[in-house]
Amino acid sequence: MAENTEERLRRTMMFVPGNNPAMLKDAGIYGADSIMFDLEDAVSLAEKDAARILVYEALTTQNYGDAELVVRINGLDTPFWENDVTAMVKAGIEVIRLPKTESASMLEQLENKIIEVENNFGIPVGTTHMMAAIESAKGVLNAVEIANASDRMIGIALSAEDYTTDLKTHRYADGKELEFARNMILNAARSAEIAAFDTVFSNVDDVEGFMRETNFVHQLGFDGKSLVNPRQIPMVNEVYAPTRKEILHAKSVLAAIEDARIKGSGVISMNGQMVDRPVALRAQRVMKLAKASGLVDEDGVLLG
Amino acid sequence: MEIENTALAGTLESSDIQIMISKGDGKITIELESDVKKEFGDEIESVIKQTLAASNIESAKVKAVDKGALNCVIRARTLTAANRALGIADKPSWEVL
Repeated sequence: MAENTEERLRRTMMFVPGNNPAMLKDAGIYGADSIMFDLEDAVSLAEKDAARILVYEALTTQNYGDAELVVRINGLDTPFWENDVTAMVKAGIEVIRLPKTESASMLEQLENKIIEVENNFGIPVGTTHMMAAIESAKGVLNAVEIANASDRMIGIALSAEDYTTDLKTHRYADGKELEFARNMILNAARSAEIAAFDTVFSNVDDVEGFMRETNFVHQLGFDGKSLVNPRQIPMVNEVYAPTRKEILHAKSVLAAIEDARIKGSGVISMNGQMVDRPVALRAQRVMKLAKASGLVDEDGVLLG
Repeated sequence: MEIENTALAGTLESSDIQIMISKGDGKITIELESDVKKEFGDEIESVIKQTLAASNIESAKVKAVDKGALNCVIRARTLTAANRALGIADKPSWEVL
């Protein structure tokens, strides 16, 4: 797991086509937790060079606020990926997302290139993080080694279009065909203490289907979803926002911990119940989500 | 660097700029089309010139059709067109970026 990334919220990762100046310009205004500039599928073969330079210029001049900045490079089986890595690492990108990942050795190949570029441009080795998109049965079965491939890893993502084709099925409304992959990827991510991202939901007009799927992956434990349309950002945030009851409970837990700390007591109890580590961690996460959702202020005081 | 071939980069979509570069006659000449030429024409031309200078290009004919591009887009499209005209789009000079 990459350092200092554990606490970051990654509810929404918005795709932005890399060769579209208007979308690059506006990408920061929607409040996505992560912005993923795409050099891969959203860019035609003839425009790979143009998109790479355009994203470089955008990254080095535009202000994208607090969003985590990610670039999806072209696959290791293309002639483009090494130039992509060179330009993006030089631009200071936070995360490089590798598509079609099937093994830890693919991430090793990517990391070796990143190290070379970091050295060439005087960037401290280890600065650039990595994440992997898993798009095949082989990738799903190797999810554990992929998630644990490097200290640079911050997350793994399911990419369902290619995956369902590989399985010889397609996407259904109920998503049952994705059950195994979702659970595999989620557990692999947790085993490496990194983030798990669910796949995109491409029919932007099917709000009901989108909400059903988002609620489901939230229930499973995913950190968030990849998104193709900024309209989906507030919908995901709504699903991930804690309830008032959850916030009040989390506040009581944190107060009990603080109380025990002041008293120097090793055992923490609240209403006669022991507060153990998972309860404390959950409470911290609830408060972080509550702050990000604008439900409490910086000091944790409930608003509204 | 000598421009021998004609190359194009960018589109006519909003917020973009289309740059065509071809062989020059010893200096940089720019033909700019833009709805905001009166207000920003000088700045757009200066960004194009600076970008070409960074690539050591001293002679080129540039035709630019601006659709409200930010400076970073003007730089990107100029550099892409220049790299394509020089035949180095696949192995660009990273120091220029």
